[in-house]
Amino acid sequence: MSRNPYVRPMSKTTWFMRNGRYKVYVLREMSSFLVTFYSFLTIYALKVLSSDSPDQWFAFLASQQSVAMMIFHALALLYFLFYQTFPWFKLAPKAMPVQLGEKKLPDTYIIVGHYVVWLIATLFILWLAGAF
Amino acid sequence: MSIRQLELEVMRYDPEKDDKPWFQSYTVPCNEDWVILDAINYVKENLDTTLAYRWSCHMMVCGSCGMMINGEPSLTCKTFVRDLPDKVRVEPMENFPIERDLVVVLDDVIQKLHQVQPYIVRKDDPPPEDKEYIQSRGALAKFKQLTMCVNCMLCYAACPQYGLDNKFMGPAALTMAHRYNRDSRDQGKSDRLNILGDHDGVWNCSFVGACSEVCPKHVDPAAAIQQMKIDGAVEFWKQRMGITGDKS
Repeated sequence: MSRNPYVRPMSKTTWFMRNGRYKVYVLREMSSFLVTFYSFLTIYALKVLSSDSPDQWFAFLASQQSVAMMIFHALALLYFLFYQTFPWFKLAPKAMPVQLGEKKLPDTYIIVGHYVVWLIATLFILWLAGAF
Repeated sequence: MSIRQLELEVMRYDPEKDDKPWFQSYTVPCNEDWVILDAINYVKENLDTTLAYRWSCHMMVCGSCGMMINGEPSLTCKTFVRDLPDKVRVEPMENFPIERDLVVVLDDVIQKLHQVQPYIVRKDDPPPEDKEYIQSRGALAKFKQLTMCVNCMLCYAACPQYGLDNKFMGPAALTMAHRYNRDSRDQGKSDRLNILGDHDGVWNCSFVGACSEVCPKHVDPAAAIQQMKIDGAVEFWKQRMGITGDKS
């Protein structure tokens, strides 16, 4: 009897279509495109802001308030919340478990802690932006 | 008790005859309280004695009956017929070469398990005479969950990173390393982190999390690997700054 193991190849391009779990993972990772986009947008905004031309700055602000851009920003926010913020907050207790003596701090405490910090940071940014 | 006719589609591969695997169907009269392993055993005992597969304990301890059940990495001794449709497809674990039928080649992961030094490493050998290494209950709690691993390797079958590049150490081996790194009696952490800190170690994990979802013993390898990334970064800076990271 001879050995002749059979190797089932895994497609380098379509492997994530194998199951729902992989698809959700890829959707999560694809949010990095949005991170890239917003990084460039911020750099561009800083460039316009530093150009000593108020007209250019107000033109840039107006361009971001067009209907198409508003829809894009809203969709990007939803995508980010569902495929980036919520999953990562849910996973946070795995990477950062807190042990108190023999007991582990319940995951909910760590997850809720993240949401509280998020809320405080959001309110701080809104305050900086003059929202209240 | 009612009998249910289950159509079992089993992947077959004979290394001496077949160019590639194929599926064979068996109709198995199952009791509702049967697990898939019972159905496979029924095939072996009554329908086809040539079917090759691994199993031993039938109670989630030995970890040898892992297979793909309808595409999901599962222990066949833990997967009840009553939770499945009338047609069930059974395949050998994904991401491993097939030795024969439902038996896979595990040499690679066994070698990886050895590589992470899955035992207590002491720098102060020989151990003190007539003395045990004392461990508090709190110190035990830090890694007890990780000791539940039965080496079924379902985590490897679920891991796309390992499937795409089997140089990756993978979930079970890394978790085993983390189990000993967390052990207050162990002093081999820096040795292990040197092996695991490179590209094929923890950093090749992109936190898909599938390993933890399929783990039948709730060991949570994905969590262990993320914790190792943090430990690795801390250890890196400790070594840079000349602070020894080992417990004494």
